Amino acid sequence: MSVITVNNLSVMYEKECVFSDISFSVEKGDYIALAGPNGSGKSTLIKTILSLVKPIHGSIFLFDKPLGDFKDWNKIGYVPQKLNLSQYFPATVKEVVAMGLVSKQSYFSKIKKVDLERIDYLLNLMEILQLKDKNINELSGGQLQRAIIARALVSNPELLILDEPTTALDPNTRERFFITLKDLNMSDNVTIILITHDTGGAGQYAKKLMYFDSKIVFYGTFDDFCSSESMSSYFGYNSQHIICHKH
Amino acid sequence: MTQGYLNFFDMLSYGFAQRALISGTFIAILCSVLGMFLVLRKLSLIGDGLAHVTFGSVAIGIFLNVYPVYVAIPITVLSGFGILKLIQKTRLYADAAIGVVSSAGVSIGILIASVAGGFNVDLFSYLFGNILSVSNEEMFLSIILSFVVIVTVILFYRQLVSITFEEELAKVSGIKIERINNILVFLISITVVLSMRVVGIMLVSSFLILPNVAALQIARSFSKAMFVSTTLSVFSVVFGIAVSFSFNLPTGATIVLINLLFFLITSFIKRTNFLK
Repeated sequence: MSVITVNNLSVMYEKECVFSDISFSVEKGDYIALAGPNGSGKSTLIKTILSLVKPIHGSIFLFDKPLGDFKDWNKIGYVPQKLNLSQYFPATVKEVVAMGLVSKQSYFSKIKKVDLERIDYLLNLMEILQLKDKNINELSGGQLQRAIIARALVSNPELLILDEPTTALDPNTRERFFITLKDLNMSDNVTIILITHDTGGAGQYAKKLMYFDSKIVFYGTFDDFCSSESMSSYFGYNSQHIICHKH
Repeated sequence: MTQGYLNFFDMLSYGFAQRALISGTFIAILCSVLGMFLVLRKLSLIGDGLAHVTFGSVAIGIFLNVYPVYVAIPITVLSGFGILKLIQKTRLYADAAIGVVSSAGVSIGILIASVAGGFNVDLFSYLFGNILSVSNEEMFLSIILSFVVIVTVILFYRQLVSITFEEELAKVSGIKIERINNILVFLISITVVLSMRVVGIMLVSSFLILPNVAALQIARSFSKAMFVSTTLSVFSVVFGIAVSFSFNLPTGATIVLINLLFFLITSFIKRTNFLK
């Protein structure tokens, strides 16, 4: 089953073409590192797939359903690159994580015990369980980022999309976070797309690399990338070697 | 002072005072509940902008000799949707979009008042409000609308909170942002029109903003913030009517100043960590 299918997708932003005629698919259980230079359209590509940006051309299917008909949003967890939060929003960490359940809940249903337990489990996984009753305005950038990641995971998503999720994390936490993602992918078969600039680092965990620069420069396994002559000529032998050495 | 309070309780036996208290209480609930979403989404001034539109619509109503509230409701609702469209389509910041619609409303009002002449007194009663002259019709309208708003907020509570927290995340959770925004603006537009009789066009936005910013100083969760805001708002109306009647002060301004006092108190509590 395809989790994402993109056909001939084109997006314009203020009359400028961001990318055009992009086609690819993501299969169940994939773990893809999406890399590329700044301004190459990685985040726009993801936002278009998530219906946050309207394409001018092309079609998108999520879990084999056309994007316009797709209703099972609880299958998708998303961590954006930037958050536009109100500085004064009155909510505890636990309440923010529970907001990730909004698409699963009916009008008057209370949060189930099993969901409360999962919230605690995820906060523990993100190492912020001790902060669960703290107001989000009192968190550091890294702590808030971990709360948002827990929010993305709370509905047991089948597809997890993370846009540079580790920018505010210290190296040790980042390392443990990548291990957690790999576990989710390996044990729970969660499909993951991770936008990152650390191509070499992501290679230690992700199964595939998509290098995007207004077009798909490369999409395949890290092994294929490392043995690709065309990638040697595109990146230069040294850059390819650095990525592959880390991998 | 004692004589004043006695006078206030005596006053409660009159129909106009009962109507003032009932409609004021319901408008206070409406404004505090809806205002919370506006304040946190940095749309606080939408109340001010729509109130200015109400000024223009009231002038049109008086000019056409039609009950101004009936003219103001459709025009203000359309203007509310206009502000939303301006923000979405022209990528204006919310405050600029509100400014555009607001200035159009005031200009139209002044133009009609100037051309028609002779109804300045009527227009001024809407500008500064007079809660003691609220009619039965307006009282029932405020009660019905309050129930509509409360039921709507209960039905869409999770979606509203989610959008208020972060719009993009809410959209990826499957929430229909445009639909919820339209519902919110529709309810706020009608609330602004009804509130002008209580506090006047000039002070409507303070009803939407002050109790909420006061509550946000001390509340740690969304539902508690709403509860505190509604309590402060209702108390300021009841206390404001009592004080204004006892000391012969303008009611709308007295209510707003009591709200301001609450804001100063809760700010002080926050700064001094009084509740910790």
